[in-house]
Parts: sequence; structure tokens; C-alpha cells
Amino acid sequence: MPEVFVSNIGDFPEGDRRIVFHNGIEIGVFHWQGGYYAYQNQCVHQGGPCCEGVIMHKVEDVLAPDKTWLRQTFSENDAHFVCPWHGYEYDIKTGECAGNRKLRLQSYEVVRRGQDIYVMTENCHEDI
Amino acid sequence: MDLHPNDFRRMSVEEFDTTKLLAHASKQARDRGYDRFPIVDVDSHHYENESMREILEYLDDPVLRQLALASAGPNAKNARIMNTMVGYQDMGGRIPRYGLRSSEKTPPGGDQRDAALTKRWMDAVGVDVAVLFPTPMLALGVHPQVEVEIALSRAYNRWLCERVLSAEPRLVSMLYLPFNDPDATYQFVKEFGEKKGVVGFLITSTRYRPVHANQYMKTYALLEEMRLPIAFHGSYHWHDQAQGMLNRFISVHALGFVWYNMCHLANWIINGIPERFPKLKVMWLESGLAWIPFMMQRFDNEYMMRTSEAPALKKLPSDYMRDMYFASQPMEITDMGLLENTLRVINAETQLVYSSDYPHWDFDLPSTIYDLPFLSETAKRNILGSNANRLFNLKLGAEKLARVA
Repeated sequence: MPEVFVSNIGDFPEGDRRIVFHNGIEIGVFHWQGGYYAYQNQCVHQGGPCCEGVIMHKVEDVLAPDKTWLRQTFSENDAHFVCPWHGYEYDIKTGECAGNRKLRLQSYEVVRRGQDIYVMTENCHEDI
Repeated sequence: MDLHPNDFRRMSVEEFDTTKLLAHASKQARDRGYDRFPIVDVDSHHYENESMREILEYLDDPVLRQLALASAGPNAKNARIMNTMVGYQDMGGRIPRYGLRSSEKTPPGGDQRDAALTKRWMDAVGVDVAVLFPTPMLALGVHPQVEVEIALSRAYNRWLCERVLSAEPRLVSMLYLPFNDPDATYQFVKEFGEKKGVVGFLITSTRYRPVHANQYMKTYALLEEMRLPIAFHGSYHWHDQAQGMLNRFISVHALGFVWYNMCHLANWIINGIPERFPKLKVMWLESGLAWIPFMMQRFDNEYMMRTSEAPALKKLPSDYMRDMYFASQPMEITDMGLLENTLRVINAETQLVYSSDYPHWDFDLPSTIYDLPFLSETAKRNILGSNANRLFNLKLGAEKLARVA
């Protein structure tokens, strides 16, 4: 069974997530800024349930034109989910590890069929 | 229960449950077959502040007890007997267990709460025996009142022995020494050294007392005679002038937890304490491992040129370090080649002991050791359990005490 049912669209509001299970694999599915993103729920660090952590916007330094530091702020566009074990942060739209973008979570294709959302468990992205 | 991320959304979560949080760790334990050998965790923690009312029952000084009880009251906004550190161990809410921990339920009428919660995570990750330490009290060494350090640590030690260690064979501890008072330090070893579950004594390293001061020699002699190890536990202190130059907590944490142990280790070796007490076992906790080859190279190099400044030494500083024990956490796994060399130079197969630091944010699971590709199965088992079993004379057999959740 390559497809795993995630949710009815009406039951999966923007900003929410679901954890689905398939053949011993846990997959976290996020609904974020109009898109759906699915990753294996296993942190690249020590294997924690990274998809179950809080979602925080990316923290950024704000510099003046003369390169002096002004303040920190939260990004308006970029958000991370954070592994609850140790704090590894992941880009919610790519699954890349914020601290080292060479590291990324196994990602999965998400498809909509009618009013339902599915994750394609046999179509994991092989470039990972 | 609500978490507080910075965006508009609040994430509702079910009641906090350590077993659920660590479900992936339990799978690791089953997959790797931890039921085949014992695992000892030489540095774990609980939050003694959540049991402070129980602990204060053991505080003899009536005036200090009244101050402490008043400061623990619900309206005591500006009263506090415990010194606290500026810091952000919870990463601004990114590590939810910091905020949720106090809500975790334990069965009524069962184990004391701290013991029950500790055994819950031990069973989840496969740890059979844990050496348990407090958390806020790690900062007590820089309390401005030495008499408060003595009174609170003695109350804590009495509480831990009577309420926790006496009832739970899987929990042991190296008890807090009030190192700012050398006489009280000696008396603590006398008073608690033979209590059930006491496997050594602890110096919280964040303090400003030199370990080579003559006033401590009687304590080292007593520990050596009693065959009890002494351990130094790293921590940070942002109010320290040197650390005050650092503007982010990551820097304070990364350097602070190593800084004080580097000072104490330097004084310990250069003043020839290992030659004076050759059978005294010494252990270094929560400084990771990367600092060790740095110290070995730095001091060997200078000792060869300035030998006359350390006349008590009969071998290289690094040779004394190889007689010591080092706890693994937080193990810097960023360059496998460097890590392999680090384990080689410290004779890890006999001198390295696994530590988790759970439940703190930078905890290490047993898999950080078990999955190292360059270690033999024997070396893994030594580091995860056998070395500590021998060091603490735990007499652990083949029976697995942890019930992996």
C-alpha cells in the first residue's frame, strides 16, 4: 500500500500536523502556508521524534548598512520545526537541518485526492 | 497544556509523559539488544526544586528553614534562598519537557516522585543503574552565603539518602560536598560516606576555591581510605567576569562547562595531588571529551620546558589524566576521526564511562556509544556499564534491571 491516508482537508487546518505510521516508519505531515510537507519522524542527530516538536520562525540577526548589529528578529517567511529531544531545527518546507543544510530528513510526496490528503510512502525522495 | 511558540498558533499537547517522549529511545534499546548487558549512567539529574518542601524538612537551622520556607511560598516573588543562574537551558521553549515536566503524573502511593520519574526514563532508554545528581544546586558553589551552601546541601544529602537511595537500589549518587568550607567538606564525607547508595562524592566545579589548598588534604586522604571516588561536575556562570564577555548562551554553555574543570584539573595535576593520593579515583563530569586531548597536549608541551614548576610529577601530565575517569556526555560527535583519536588517547576502553545527563537538553542516549563504528563490542559494553560497575563496586550481574518500555 503505497498511499497512507493522512486526513480530510477540513480536519487538517493550516499550521497543524499529523503523524502517520506505515510499516514501522513514522511520518510527520505539516500543513504550512498553503502547502503540505511530509518527513520521516526521526531526527538525524540521535533519532528523536523531530516532527513532533514546536514550530518556531527562524531567528535572524538584523544588521545596519555599516554592518553593525542592530537586533534579532523572527523571519516572516521561514519557519522551523524543532526536535523536542535536543533542539535540532528543520526547515518546514524542505526538511533541511537549519544548522547544516547538507543534512536533511527523508521526505515524502503528499497528494490530494478529492477532499483527502495522502502521503506516498513508496515515493520517498531518493536524492536524500 | 499549551506550549508557546512565537507564531500565532498554540500547540495543545496531551499530558506530558516521559515514556511517550522517549519511545524512539526504547526502540533503539530493543534494536540494539541492551538486554544483553548492564548500562550504568554516571551523570543524570532530577529537579530537586520540585521536592524542595520535602528537602527543607531536613534543614536543621530553624532560621534558615524559616527563610527557605517563606521564599518557597506562593507570594514570595522577591524572596529566594537558592541562587539562580541567568541562562536559557530550555532554548526559549524549543525543548518542551522543561515547561511540561512538573505536570507529569506518578502513581499515588508508589515510589517517591523523583525516583519514579527517574526510573521511568531509565526504563525507556535501557539504563539499569543511574548516578543521580540535583539540578539547581549545581550553582550552589557560588552562593554568597557559605552557611547556606552547607545547610542546603546537607539537607539535600540527608533527604536523598533517606527518601530516595535507601529505597531504590537502581539509584545511587555521589553526594554534594560544600567545598567552600573545607571542614564541612570533610565532615560530609564522614557523615555520609557509608550510607546506602553513596558511591562517591561530588564537587560542583563552578566555584572559586583551588583544589590544591592544604585544607582539603584530609578529605582526599579520607576518600582514598574509604575507596570512594571524587568527581568534578561542570557548569556555567554568566556572572563570571570572563564568561561575561560572551553575549549568547550557546557560548556561555559551550565554554563554561569546560572552563572550571580545566582549572581544577590543571591545579590537581600540577600540584601533584595524584602522587599524594595515588589510589584516589578521580572523575570529570559533563565537560564532554574534546577538552581532554587539548589539556594533554597543552600541559605535556609546557611541562617539558617548565618541569621545575611541577616538581611533584613523576610522569607526564597526560599520563596522570589517563589514570582518571571521564564521563562521555556531551560527546562531541562532529568529526569521527577526531573522536576516535580522543577515545584512543584517554584509554577509553577502561577510563571512559557513559553518562546521559538526562533530562537536560543536551542528553546523550546509550546509542551515542553503541553506534560508534570503531569500537569493539567489548569496548562498548565496558564504556556503557562495566567500567562504572567496577569503579563504583556496584556488583551488577548479568540480570537486566531496566524494563525497557
